[in-house]
Amino acid sequence: MSGDTAVLLVLLVPAVAAAILALVPEHRLSTRLNVAACVLTFAGALVLLEQRPTPGPFLLIDDVNVVFVVLTTFVALSASVFSASYIDHELAIGRLTPTYLRFYHAMYQLLMFGMNLALVANNIGLMWVAIEIATLTTVLMVGIYRTPAALEAAWKYFILGSVGIALALFGTILVYLAARPVVGEGLDAMSWTVLATASARFDPALLNLAFVFLLIGYGTKVGLAPLHAWLPDAHAEGPTPISAVLSGLLLNVALYAVLRFKLLLAGNPGAVAAGPLLITMGLSSLIFASFMLYRRRDIKRFFAYSSIEHMGIIAFAFGMGGPVANFAGLLHMTMHSLTKSAIFFAVGHIAQVKGTQKIAEIRGLTASHPLLGWSLVIGVVAIAGMPPFGIFLSEFLVVSSTFARQPVLAVPLVFGLLIGFGALMLRLHGVAFGQPTGPAHPDKASYLPILVHFTLVLIAGIWLPAPLVQWFQAVARGLG
Amino acid sequence: MPSLYFDIAHLLAGGMVLVSFMLLYQDRVFGLFNVFALHAAVLALCVAWQAFVQDAPHLYVTALIALVFKAIIVPVALHRVVLRLGIGRVIETAVGIGPTMLLGVALVALSIQVMLPVTAHADVLTREDLAFALSVVLLGLLMMVTRRNAVSQVIGFMSLENGLILAAAGAKGMPLVVEISVAFSVLIALIVIGIFLFRIRERFDTVDVHALDRARGEQS
Repeated sequence: MSGDTAVLLVLLVPAVAAAILALVPEHRLSTRLNVAACVLTFAGALVLLEQRPTPGPFLLIDDVNVVFVVLTTFVALSASVFSASYIDHELAIGRLTPTYLRFYHAMYQLLMFGMNLALVANNIGLMWVAIEIATLTTVLMVGIYRTPAALEAAWKYFILGSVGIALALFGTILVYLAARPVVGEGLDAMSWTVLATASARFDPALLNLAFVFLLIGYGTKVGLAPLHAWLPDAHAEGPTPISAVLSGLLLNVALYAVLRFKLLLAGNPGAVAAGPLLITMGLSSLIFASFMLYRRRDIKRFFAYSSIEHMGIIAFAFGMGGPVANFAGLLHMTMHSLTKSAIFFAVGHIAQVKGTQKIAEIRGLTASHPLLGWSLVIGVVAIAGMPPFGIFLSEFLVVSSTFARQPVLAVPLVFGLLIGFGALMLRLHGVAFGQPTGPAHPDKASYLPILVHFTLVLIAGIWLPAPLVQWFQAVARGLG
Repeated sequence: MPSLYFDIAHLLAGGMVLVSFMLLYQDRVFGLFNVFALHAAVLALCVAWQAFVQDAPHLYVTALIALVFKAIIVPVALHRVVLRLGIGRVIETAVGIGPTMLLGVALVALSIQVMLPVTAHADVLTREDLAFALSVVLLGLLMMVTRRNAVSQVIGFMSLENGLILAAAGAKGMPLVVEISVAFSVLIALIVIGIFLFRIRERFDTVDVHALDRARGEQS
């Protein structure tokens, strides 16, 4: 299979699957089709690792985005497996009807299409449209339960997401205006490949202004404080597979957009450095979210704040820049996606067996549901950054590279990490251990996705394969 | 470029800023819809004029979308939604009209101060257009934060979006403008359908973080 076919596979399979799934009434068949479509997309992404298509005016695969594509399609695949068992239970208790389920599956694939298109687009306008598609589909999914809280969360996400996306478009137009005198009118002035080579000759003032709009616009979607207000509610009120995909993937896609534009600024000698802006937003997200963790009473909101914390760490690492910090940021992003989505898989089943999302009503899980309980324990230990898991390695790299270059910045960084660590351990103790309370329905969970994710995170923490290290190093160099 | 071309473009774009100010002081929902229809109609004229000046026929499509969809269909649909759902007809403001107008003037001054120096090398039509477009965007944002009703927040968002289309049309030779305006129209259609289907009444009309925190018992 050539690279061109593979990139079409990554885009067309979700688009076609969305259309088919909208028509399939039988839910067992549609969950299987959903998984099958994700398998095909993931296969296409794997081919892209080896075979790169030639960059066209609209599509581009390079070292940087192929990491994101593979990660996105992989987590989408395991989330679809989790979704199959999660949805069975939601149907059984009547929270979702078959009609809504058709809608849900179609939206799931449309979301995959939007995210993949945003990642492989070689055109800043096309990328903007793709991120808008992804935003709209998630808005609809967040509101799917139609409870007042779910509708309010969807509305809030909608308004904040739309404003963010509108500001990002203004930034996109400004980038075009900066590029037009240098590369001429038309598609060239919007394609990454041309912009990246010509950005040194752009008007720096215009580029700076554009980046402010882009950072605020796409930063809203990354969930960086103080633009994060939509994120906890959207995570808490939607179906849990969507929480996993939001945390694990959509935040990364928005971050990818910011990083691409940061590269344009880095190529221009007259433009401001984008790094300090990212460092400031990253640190404020980390510290703010760490403190907020202590006050959460809803388990999905709790882990949503943890996602804000980790996006802060990742933004901080990319803001520091340079080969080591970029490598650490990339590794942390991968590990966070895998770990956080696995945690949401476990939390989804926990909320189903206990019939509640309130932390206070979930007690002693390791006694009542050993498999689920211990999955959560492993997940929280991993996300808190304890060895031997991969997040320990990436956080260690972030902290040590900061100490080597900017020791002053390491102080708030370590402070934030420790505060977050304390909150995670405190809540974990209550939820996982002690006397079980409340209803305890038997669990019919699918443990395979959780197991695969944790195994990968564990392997990464103990031993990073040399080809993976070289690959990430190449990407880190590409990110400047 | 003949100076008449520039003068007319300037007049129309300035007209949009003026209509944005008119949106700010409306205190009845139906009046707001009428002024928004005017806003969209002026946008259609602006875009059509740009299409003529730049000799870019695809911009006529964008102008047509603005005219048919935003100046006619959306206001009529919103009018019906308000009648059908019995949403309050009076606009509740978080900040009084006077201070809001003053803030609006300050925002226009800000956008001129920001845009004119950085676009010093661009041609004069683009410069002025962009300064006006940023003013319209900021006035739309101002409207979203100073109004409590969901419907008027939506109108604020749509006027913001008109400003973006103005900016995109003014950026000479920008590709994908039609596609972007179609994508935005889908977004708006969803918002309007969303208000109707989700029955977002006055109860849901705040974007206040603390309201939901309280609802979930996360705040004492």
